[in-house]
Amino acid sequence: MDSNAVQPIQFYEKKAAIVTKSAKGKFRNFKSAVLAVAYAVYFGLPWLPWTRNDGLSQAVMFDVADRRFYIFDMVIYPQNVFWLALLLFIAATFLFFATALIGRAFCGYFCFQTLWTDFFIWIERLVQGERTARLRLQKQPWNAEKIARIGLTHVLWITFSFWTGVTFVLYFGYAPDLLHRFFLGNAASAAYVTVLGLTVSTYLAAGFMREQICAFVCPYGRFQSVMYDPSTLAVAYDARRGEGAAGRIPARGALKAREARLEQGHGDCIDCGLCVQVCPAGIDIREGLQYRCISCGLCIDACNGVMNSIGYPQGLIRYDSESNLAAPVPAKPHLDWKRLKVVGYLVALVIMTGLLVYNINHRTDFEVSVRQVRQPLFVFLSNGEIRNRYQIHLENETDHDVTYRISEKGLPSGALDLGSMRQVLVHGDRSVIVLANVAMPPAEAESYKTFSFVVQPVNDPHDRIVQTASFYNEKVR
Amino acid sequence: MSQDKKTRQAPQTTGHVWDGDLQEYNNPVPDWWLIAFYISIAAAVGYWLVFPAWPIGGTYTKGFDTITYVNDKGVTKTTHWNTRALFLKKTNEAVAAQKPYYTKIANTPFEQIAKDPDLNSFVISAGKALFSDNCAPCHQQGGGGKMGLAPNLTDDDWLYGGHFTQIQQTITNGRHGYMPPFKTVLNDTQMTELADYVLSFSKVPVNPASAQAGNALFHSETAACYYCHGADAKGRTVIGSKNLTDNIWLWANVPAAQTVADKENVIKNVIYHGLDKGVMPAWKDRLSADQIKLLTVYEHDLGGGQ
Repeated sequence: MDSNAVQPIQFYEKKAAIVTKSAKGKFRNFKSAVLAVAYAVYFGLPWLPWTRNDGLSQAVMFDVADRRFYIFDMVIYPQNVFWLALLLFIAATFLFFATALIGRAFCGYFCFQTLWTDFFIWIERLVQGERTARLRLQKQPWNAEKIARIGLTHVLWITFSFWTGVTFVLYFGYAPDLLHRFFLGNAASAAYVTVLGLTVSTYLAAGFMREQICAFVCPYGRFQSVMYDPSTLAVAYDARRGEGAAGRIPARGALKAREARLEQGHGDCIDCGLCVQVCPAGIDIREGLQYRCISCGLCIDACNGVMNSIGYPQGLIRYDSESNLAAPVPAKPHLDWKRLKVVGYLVALVIMTGLLVYNINHRTDFEVSVRQVRQPLFVFLSNGEIRNRYQIHLENETDHDVTYRISEKGLPSGALDLGSMRQVLVHGDRSVIVLANVAMPPAEAESYKTFSFVVQPVNDPHDRIVQTASFYNEKVR
Repeated sequence: MSQDKKTRQAPQTTGHVWDGDLQEYNNPVPDWWLIAFYISIAAAVGYWLVFPAWPIGGTYTKGFDTITYVNDKGVTKTTHWNTRALFLKKTNEAVAAQKPYYTKIANTPFEQIAKDPDLNSFVISAGKALFSDNCAPCHQQGGGGKMGLAPNLTDDDWLYGGHFTQIQQTITNGRHGYMPPFKTVLNDTQMTELADYVLSFSKVPVNPASAQAGNALFHSETAACYYCHGADAKGRTVIGSKNLTDNIWLWANVPAAQTVADKENVIKNVIYHGLDKGVMPAWKDRLSADQIKLLTVYEHDLGGGQ
């Protein structure tokens, strides 16, 4: 090839993979505990049996075919989608609230990308050894050992990704039965597509893309920085203490003693680089707060370990606020919640949560919608009266037959004609359409422009739905 | 890598030069795009093999895929895949899903259907489709009718009766309303008197003396209106003669006429020319007995029935 040939512009710069060292400490323990609980819930929940009227089922099941979502003793229908909307609002506000207080805690400890990446790294370490061993393995030529170790890692990753996908699918059917059919090839094609998609995406996202998901794909990570303010507690390196006047320097020879370092103007940071080696985002926290930091606290654990071993005080890297770090005399880091923003988020959270709980508690297990017949909007009868017609759609959401009583409110007596359907029996899980005729003399119609239909189960009259309807006369134009 | 850095800003050209300085950038499409393009070509070949594709003279390549359906003669046929067979197959499936309801409707008396919430709900849904396909062209979407063309089915005024059996009879065999012209029998004054008599029922402020004369004429052998419209002028459902005493109009557009004279004129026009356009076709050859029964209940619902 011509050595002078112009090379095309490279749009993609290949990145060196981050190989992290494991850390020990309270944040690592907290992360591990969260991981254990989260995995126990995610992988275990589909296997929790639950007895329902129509037989044995599981505690949490999203029955898409029957459009019914079971969460323990609660049954949710598609028309309750507003709850989901409200729940997402609450989740978003909670994220804002937590971020304003303690930064990206969600990213660092609870996000599934973080959890799965963490677990994949744990598998990597189990098979290939600690960071140095893994780096050595990467450099060495392909031999039997390397093939065995790297191969085993990927086999485990793919197996775990596959089980992640299968578990997700198990939420959509009765787990023991669905799993059986899945492996016999009798499950719905959607199940296979979902499992394949989740296996591939989990394998790629947790095995290869890792911190790049947080930096380049995830929108939450990026917009959470807006919620930060100087009072927010974030993972921070105390540069004043670490750098001193003369900068950080390795603890060698005479500089091992803290007194000697302070005398020469050096800070407490011995530049061991452990905080960088443990970082799953591949950053150096000593360069300050940065968008890639998921605030997982592992650098705090690493630094505290080093500080302990050389007998320096802990907390060179710690959770602290920007304002406190800059203060002439830094106070003990504390949660500063007395801010308009934080309190505002909290108030919004409380109101929305209250609304959701109230709504769920006051729901009825039937649905009513009244539709006015609009062709024609009204009609004159032979006795001169005006008649409007309505279709009442009545849906029974329970699994047993229920008789409902339909009555009217705000109409002269005798105006409503329901035929024989004043009381109507609706079978479980079914719906019916009831026709309602309302007729009034034109003079009377003027004063009854709106009225209500009241629908209540005969056995439980308190559980009622009121729907307003309009009555049109010839002056409607 | 260092070479890369140096040349990174220089764009690559194809080496073609026109007019001394006009060059062409070499921006090949990305590999992933090319690969997807080749895959789609391969997929196209796959489609040719599976589905009907290439015309060859008077015929075409049929493809491997087959479809089994029941044709309109009830014969199960298997043929190469095509959308017409797919349509028939889907239609048959839908008809089969409706079948239990139709069977139940066929075996249930009218009054029971109207009282059964499930059956009645099916009547409302399926009846709407049937009505829209067959009845709406004249009776309008929703059954509101059209002045001078087809009666309103949503009021309580029934020309041929609003009982289930009467409605069923109307749909099955159709109706033909007829009123003879009176232009050679009655003079203009007599027709005005008759019009005033008819309008007086609807509380239109007509000349009472004229209406009184119309009353006499109505029941006389000269005009003999009562033969068909009945002595009480309420019409007779057996022959579909109009009830003249209510304020519901079909052939004479009284509500649209502004003055009393105009109202008289539209009625006189009917008396003068008579009527021979109240024709409803018979549906027994087009709809099945079950469909007619369903439509009967649907229309009974529409008007509140009798």
